[in-house]
Amino acid sequence: MTIEIEAEHRLGAFRLEAAFASGPGVTALFGRSGAGKTTLVNVIAGLLRPARGRLAVEGALLLDTARGIFVPAHKRRIGYVFQEGRLFPHLTVWQNLLFGRWFHRKAAHPTMAEVVALLDLAPLVDRRPAALSGGEKQRVAIGRALLADPRLLLMDEPLASLDAERKSEILPYIERLRDETKIPIVYVSHSIPEVTRLATTLVLMAAGRVEAVGTVEEVMGRLDLAPKTGRFEAGAVLEARVASHDATYGLTQLRCAAGELTVPRLALPLGTAVRVRIRARDVIIAREPPRAISALNVLRGRVAEIAAGDAAQCEIRLALGSASLLARITRRSLAELDLAPGSEVFAVVKSVALGDGPETVEI
Amino acid sequence: MTLALTPEELDAIRLSLRVALWAMACSLPPAVLVALVLARGRFWGKALLDGIVHLPLVLPPVVTGYLLLLLFGRQGPLGRFFAEAFGLVFAFRWTGAALAAAIMGFPLMVRAIRLSLEAVDRRLEAAAATLGAGALGVFATVTLPLMLPGIIAGLILSFARSFGEFGATITFVSNIPGETETLPLAIYAFTQAPGGDPMALRLTLVSVAVSMSALLAAELLARRLARKLAPA
Repeated sequence: MTIEIEAEHRLGAFRLEAAFASGPGVTALFGRSGAGKTTLVNVIAGLLRPARGRLAVEGALLLDTARGIFVPAHKRRIGYVFQEGRLFPHLTVWQNLLFGRWFHRKAAHPTMAEVVALLDLAPLVDRRPAALSGGEKQRVAIGRALLADPRLLLMDEPLASLDAERKSEILPYIERLRDETKIPIVYVSHSIPEVTRLATTLVLMAAGRVEAVGTVEEVMGRLDLAPKTGRFEAGAVLEARVASHDATYGLTQLRCAAGELTVPRLALPLGTAVRVRIRARDVIIAREPPRAISALNVLRGRVAEIAAGDAAQCEIRLALGSASLLARITRRSLAELDLAPGSEVFAVVKSVALGDGPETVEI
Repeated sequence: MTLALTPEELDAIRLSLRVALWAMACSLPPAVLVALVLARGRFWGKALLDGIVHLPLVLPPVVTGYLLLLLFGRQGPLGRFFAEAFGLVFAFRWTGAALAAAIMGFPLMVRAIRLSLEAVDRRLEAAAATLGAGALGVFATVTLPLMLPGIIAGLILSFARSFGEFGATITFVSNIPGETETLPLAIYAFTQAPGGDPMALRLTLVSVAVSMSALLAAELLARRLARKLAPA
């Protein structure tokens, strides 16, 4: 395992009691604000010493309260990209980038040239942090962390303070980072689109605890976790490949475990792997194959689970082949359609709900 | 009245500058240390230390001077210690004038440094630690440069206060021309002597000029630094 962490700590009324283990790639720590994501990341960085805990990164034991081991932050070689960048205002971009090297002179990798090229920093190096835009600051902060030659990179909501345009400007750099360097990343976010796009492993946190660990598909497809991801945004994620393009109508066909999906045209070559997020509120359930309907996606499956309470709405997990889809319908429809686990149904999804936006992303 | 300065007046100016510069320079390291302890330390008796540091600001200077005489005089416990251990004598020497000036300027210097230290964003220090900087490295590369405006303000305040010190100096080391007669003491002596008014006036002008230059220099430096340290 790349990272193994266990931590227990109390901060006022908040109690952190979290543990997970995760492999290489991007581990997304996902949950609402106040779930304890930043606290847990601070434990990993060594900025917070928990009352009880254990941390191993790539085999190196960095914290074990039971044995009195606490490696201080400056000796952990764990890079940290903060939400607000935290560039040193009295240094130029170039000096900021080299900061880690002042204390770690042996480090030869990555080189300045590699980092400058990876993050397109060349035009920025002579400036001061005050003269950078929010997105530029975050790129410099990423470069600065990389040049300290970290064994693990922590990113705490690095896009949260940026507007949508800047976000889409930085995301490709983070993907390059994931794909081109082999540094494992722990990425904190409360944004489902970001997590869907970046995560190799998803760790769902709520109220200081880890609720689930798994692939994006596994965790997002679980009915019991939907309340924790937020009811409005809850939805399953399907991994698919681009199967064909329809030039006449500007559409793209995707193939996934649930069947074929038609989405607005994606500018991606055939065979490209994508993730499609289908929000529970965008799914219609029919007992018979609908005819003469505008929605292009009709997938056949069975009801796997039903979560119904006293509210007007209820959530249903559908099994479509080996994939899961979440649907939200009214309790009245549930009764009128006489749905029960095992019922054979058709899930109807409008193609326009799967636009070429944050819902369908290349991975 | 001629504006040319007499050798006697020049002596007083030179002595004042020497006293003020030494007082300022020797205060700096302990002032940074005390500011650090007061801003960041958590210990029993912190309020007491804060009080002692600020005492010279509120005590009548003559009281401070008398206390210095008791402690650092030839028979005083600290005076004897410094004389025996380092051959450093304060009583009735210019070094004593520098000590009195340093003590009087110390609270101002500590205050300025402490304020700038409290304004340093500790999150930047945490960021430096994640980049491999240990406690000393963080202090040298992040904390100290960011508190530079306060250090400069503290230096100037201490210099200006030292340059004008009167009460504690005359009580502690008396008024000995060429040894302890600093500019304010000389002005006072001239105003007491018949026909001393032109000399007193000339030295007053010098005093105003030096103090004004110090303030202007401080302002200029502060502006340049503020531009350089603009928060990111």
